[in-house]
Amino acid sequence: MEFLLASAIGAIVAAGVYLLLRARTFPVILGLGLLSYAVNLYLVASGRIAIGAPPLALEGATEFADPLPQALVLTAIVIGFAMTAFVVTLAIKARMTLNNDHVDGKE
Amino acid sequence: MTHLPILPVILPGLAGIILLLLTYASVSLRRALNLIATALMVVLGIVLVGVTVDNGYQVYELGNWPSPFGIVLVLDRLSAFMVLLTALVAFCSLLFAVQGFDERGKNFHPLFQLQLMGLSIAFLTGDIFNLFVAFEVLLIASYGLLLHGGGRQRVRAGLHYVIINLVGSSLFLLAVGLIYGVTGTLNMADLAVRAGDVAPTDLPLLRTGALLLFLVFAVKGALVPLYFWLPGAYSTAGAPVAALFAIMTKVGAYAIVRIYFLVFGGTAVVAPIESLLLPAALITLTLGMVGVMITPNLKRLVSYMVIGSMGTLLIAVGLFNEASLSAGLYYLAHGTVVVSALFLLAGLISQQRGRARDHLTPAQAVAQPGLLGVLFFALAVAAIGLPPLSGFLGKVSILASATDSEAIGWVWAVVLVTSVFTLVGFSRAGSVLFWKTSGAPSEPVKATTGHIVPIVGLLGLMVVMTIWGQAVLEFTDAAAAQLADRDAYIEAVMNTPRALEAQALELTMEETP
Repeated sequence: MEFLLASAIGAIVAAGVYLLLRARTFPVILGLGLLSYAVNLYLVASGRIAIGAPPLALEGATEFADPLPQALVLTAIVIGFAMTAFVVTLAIKARMTLNNDHVDGKE
Repeated sequence: MTHLPILPVILPGLAGIILLLLTYASVSLRRALNLIATALMVVLGIVLVGVTVDNGYQVYELGNWPSPFGIVLVLDRLSAFMVLLTALVAFCSLLFAVQGFDERGKNFHPLFQLQLMGLSIAFLTGDIFNLFVAFEVLLIASYGLLLHGGGRQRVRAGLHYVIINLVGSSLFLLAVGLIYGVTGTLNMADLAVRAGDVAPTDLPLLRTGALLLFLVFAVKGALVPLYFWLPGAYSTAGAPVAALFAIMTKVGAYAIVRIYFLVFGGTAVVAPIESLLLPAALITLTLGMVGVMITPNLKRLVSYMVIGSMGTLLIAVGLFNEASLSAGLYYLAHGTVVVSALFLLAGLISQQRGRARDHLTPAQAVAQPGLLGVLFFALAVAAIGLPPLSGFLGKVSILASATDSEAIGWVWAVVLVTSVFTLVGFSRAGSVLFWKTSGAPSEPVKATTGHIVPIVGLLGLMVVMTIWGQAVLEFTDAAAAQLADRDAYIEAVMNTPRALEAQALELTMEETP
């Protein structure tokens, strides 16, 4: 399980970084998106992986999931969503004003 | 429990929301509201500094959750100092902005207040994840402010600025995840306790987290090699926005001081950063001042000045001792004030030079050569660090504090040689701007009193910092001493009345099965 999760995060980060280093705004935004997904998965994992365990001290439960990383991820998702929306708008504006989608505004 | 520490967050937050609702109200109403709110921030900053002069820490537990489980705000001398500095610089930028710049877009006023809110949270928070949230608040406001006024240059620079900061945010979260995974806490005081006795097997992981976090602060603080975004972003922003942004790079420096001097200070975690920061700062200073010397336009010159002054400041931090930290804090205030005054002045100069704008090429004379020339000269003296203004005092105290360090040769050589670079850069810029003129100004665009007052105000602030230098240095000494005393910080945050209550409750629960 740990191995699966770790390699999945690694693969997503690799794809994200690759896209981030493209010179067009659309791949860059996709790259940023992938990177933030990987980070969110990573944050969940930072509270240790527990399957089917309650995040609260319930009677009879022997194992608990750490509730804090879940709260962190929720915050991170909200902020990431807002930022992505903003950067998409900005990229469209850049496409309009600069007449191309290169990140430097020219080829 | 006094509610003082939360006021610098609530005040701009409320003002920002009200200004957002008043988007279509009259211009004068919005300007008046924003000016009042920012003036109140200045008053609040003075009150905070006054409170912290005599008292130790003030810990504010949000939602009354006992520390370290809830989010805490911690008011100490450093954070009060930063809030006051932010408020003063913001007030002067705003005075300049209300002369007409604020009307080039709809949302200048709310964004301005939300930016202040983000800065206040960053300076006051005692929780690493909350610091991340503060960074996001101030960044998203800064994106809007940077783009305020529009134009091709701004959109292009804005795209770079936004993307690099989004990558920075991802790194911040990775660092937070690593640190939480190893220590199981995000509260800075709790982290300080646990970083001290982390298991040797976990140490490399925690170090990686600390280094990743350092990378984020280095991006914010424009440390070599992560400063390339800065000249483009700051030189294209409008003059008052760039003046406000002068404080934003200082957030990076503040966070470095807070995390690596206080939280991880003295533990094994901080060792790689101790050996990394000073060389990086020396290179930053050198490259920044070389930039000042060779750059072909005034706003870029001032942007490189930002990088250079960050270099000087981080040299002081990088020496990792109390005396140099105190000198560094004094220089931080000076550097912020001088750079923001220079940005405002550069805006005025570029308005009056016709199509040449702020390019350092021979062009028509400015409409008010006497006034702008004198201001430029005075600010250049301050920026270079010549007597009698506060730059001199700041540099001398940094040099004096380096005498006990092994790196004294490097520090003295680089700081003094780069001062010459700055001198050359400003002399060149000044002589081209004011003496190499061809023909009279074609369309006289004169600066109004409202444009000049904030610049003179910032200049006056530097005079105050020089005349009452002793008092300011005493305060920064006390702030540095407070930061060096980690045990007092841990004691103050971990043993608040609520926290003690919770600990007692926990004990009784353990006793009664």
